[in-house]
Amino acid sequence: MVSVGQHPKIQLLTYSEVEKVAGYVGNFQVTVRKKARYVNEDLCTGCGLCEEKCPARNIPSEFDLGLGTRKAIYRPFPQAVPSTPVLDKEHCIYFQRGKCRACEKFCPRKAIDFEQQDKLLELEVGTIILATGFDPADPSSIAQAGYGLDNVLTGLEFERMVNASGPTGGQVLLKDGRPPKSVAILHCIGSRDERYHEYCSRVCCMYSLKFAHLVRETTGAQVYEVYRDMRAFGKGYEEFFNRVEQEGTVFVRRSEDVEVTKEDGHLLVRAKDVFTGVKVDLPVDMVILSVGMEPRPDAGQTARIFGIGRSKDGFFVEKHPKLAPVETASSGIFIAGACQGPKDIPDTVAQAGAAAVAALDLMDLGKVELDPSIAHVRRERCSGCGECAIACPYRAIQIVAGIAQVSEYTCKGCGTCASACPSKAISLDHYADEQLVAEMQGLLSLEVS
Amino acid sequence: MYEPKIIGYLCTWCSYTGADLAGTARLKYPANLRVVRLPCSGRVSPELILRTFREGADGVLVMGCHPGECHYTSGNHRTAKRIPLLQRLLGYAGIEPERLRLEWVSASEAERFARTVREFTETVRRLGPLRLDRRSDAQEAGEDCGGA
Repeated sequence: MVSVGQHPKIQLLTYSEVEKVAGYVGNFQVTVRKKARYVNEDLCTGCGLCEEKCPARNIPSEFDLGLGTRKAIYRPFPQAVPSTPVLDKEHCIYFQRGKCRACEKFCPRKAIDFEQQDKLLELEVGTIILATGFDPADPSSIAQAGYGLDNVLTGLEFERMVNASGPTGGQVLLKDGRPPKSVAILHCIGSRDERYHEYCSRVCCMYSLKFAHLVRETTGAQVYEVYRDMRAFGKGYEEFFNRVEQEGTVFVRRSEDVEVTKEDGHLLVRAKDVFTGVKVDLPVDMVILSVGMEPRPDAGQTARIFGIGRSKDGFFVEKHPKLAPVETASSGIFIAGACQGPKDIPDTVAQAGAAAVAALDLMDLGKVELDPSIAHVRRERCSGCGECAIACPYRAIQIVAGIAQVSEYTCKGCGTCASACPSKAISLDHYADEQLVAEMQGLLSLEVS
Repeated sequence: MYEPKIIGYLCTWCSYTGADLAGTARLKYPANLRVVRLPCSGRVSPELILRTFREGADGVLVMGCHPGECHYTSGNHRTAKRIPLLQRLLGYAGIEPERLRLEWVSASEAERFARTVREFTETVRRLGPLRLDRRSDAQEAGEDCGGA
């Protein structure tokens, strides 16, 4: 991220949202709303003095998933790019009560700007790559998983806890401050289950194994992995699985739902062992839920803005699963990473590289190939009634001097005009009436065998 | 057993891709369906459907993207208006409206595609051969509108 932020040819817009995309490959006009962060980016050096002096403290930190706190003016985490902080209006004492401005007073560069407004930027771009990522599945709707009980964490919450710069400084601790003596890691929470998400999220098995290793390393606690199928599919993954097993982690392969309840001050994990058919009770201090990946809640809106499709599970759909994995049905728009489907970091990096090259390839060519099937008007037949112009989803048809005229660059070749024309004056190349009738006749001449 | 002939007009982006997926997923559906691929279900004119019946099809299946998911933004909105209207008119021409069916099938809905084809084939099989030549008033209607 740092090198992206410093690159002379990359304009990085954070805290911004795409509102509208118009145009076509090579000539997109993108409207971006750059939200007001109340800090002048050109003046700010990222010294962090404002954050230090801000009196509005103890606000749950989004980055630490509520396990840590932040101020009202803050950077999500110390290494964030850009280093310019953002002012959170909802919690800012000045915005809420009209008095304070401590950050303004202490800022050595006079970079705080309470008057800043959202800005709309118009960008002209040739290609677009979408890498909007995923959301971790929310386990609160899965009652039997026990999320909400003390010491039941999601994978990401544990990840923050075990991070050296996280809220506990890398220590794995229970709510009361003791280290846990036993930890259960529950796989497939919200994944591979028709009630939640039918698909496998692909990353959970491996991050669960990593957690087992980290828990043992930091606390020496007994670790139980309650799994369904172990999907250690990548390079070096099976070896890692073997290593975690040799370290002493106990693996319980379950069928049916796993249940987490609170009993006599500790957590009780109940699972039915596949091999013995017996219900196993595991009393533990901490439970980590390996939640899967799901599309971002606004993925549908994003798909509409960029004119791309989504598959049944809600992730963006590629043009072809094997032959065009980073392209979309809209030419010039590419996808990379978990917005296309659950995947781990190596796969994401590989796909991102492919998307970048596919975009470069188009730019390097400097020209695009248009679809050969576009609409044509037989002038002598056209009465200029305008039915085609109304039918056209692209406003590619105009009535000029009483006759319909098609813009070849705007026409996408859907043929809706051809079936709307009452006098058959407009026809779609390669899908003309005669061609369709001939094809249909040919098909009907064959007997059903 | 009587095997009906069915012509399917499928949009290339959603339904044809869905049919393709049904193939790669090895799903089974009756061979009674013959597919004509079109850029958009909006390309299917009422004249083309009538002509298809006149040329000997026992059923016509039009498939397109779900409303709101059209590759061409709104081409399928036209289809959504045209087909129900034509279905009502078919009755006047002596053709059972059930012989024409419109279904939205997305690129990922291979199972829905296969199921629709199975159901529709059974519907048409139950209705029997169309035999437009023996239905005099229908023949007239076919000729009036069949200039596709």
